[in-house]
Amino acid sequence: MNVRLYLVQRATAAIMAPLVLAHLAVIYYATGHSLSAADILGRTRGSMAWGLAYSLFVLVVSAHAAIGVRVVVAEWTPLRGSRLDVLMWTIGIALLALGLRAVAAVVLP
Amino acid sequence: MVHRISGLALAIFLPLHFLALGLAIKGEANLDGFLKWTANPVVKLAEMGLVFLLVVHLLGGIRVLVIETFGWREGQKRAAVFAWGFACLAALVFFIRAL
Repeated sequence: MNVRLYLVQRATAAIMAPLVLAHLAVIYYATGHSLSAADILGRTRGSMAWGLAYSLFVLVVSAHAAIGVRVVVAEWTPLRGSRLDVLMWTIGIALLALGLRAVAAVVLP
Repeated sequence: MVHRISGLALAIFLPLHFLALGLAIKGEANLDGFLKWTANPVVKLAEMGLVFLLVVHLLGGIRVLVIETFGWREGQKRAAVFAWGFACLAALVFFIRAL
């Protein structure tokens, strides 16, 4: 992992710490209240706050997961160099696309 | 090692999580059908595992950030035991609430 990736990894971790705590609170609330799809979408659809918070979450988690997997693959397998970069970018872009699609699905009216 | 395994497992789970939420793009009924499936106790057990992984990875990550920023070194074993204990407790509380 080069210095730039290291800094992105630590910065995304720092941004995500409060987001994960908030996400855990949402998980506990949703399971405790046995929310249906209608209950959930009723709260999220058309909400700018949910849309912005979760878009940020998706952006940082995509970068963090892609870099993290790159580190683990570099440690545990013989894969090196540009192949690691291709793997990292593929994971990052795929997660970003799927994540933003999920945010759009629950936020757009 | 716990931080690596939990991170890898969460990275594998993430696209599935996004695909499940994305079901709502085709209408509320699709997501509702999926949520009804998640009421299965086996799925709840798997979700408890996910909560454990998320909490243990969060605490491990905070530990890394604090060590690198402030140079804290003492009590690492105690910190590891606390992370495991707290993550287990958080997962158990989730499971009890979900049942």
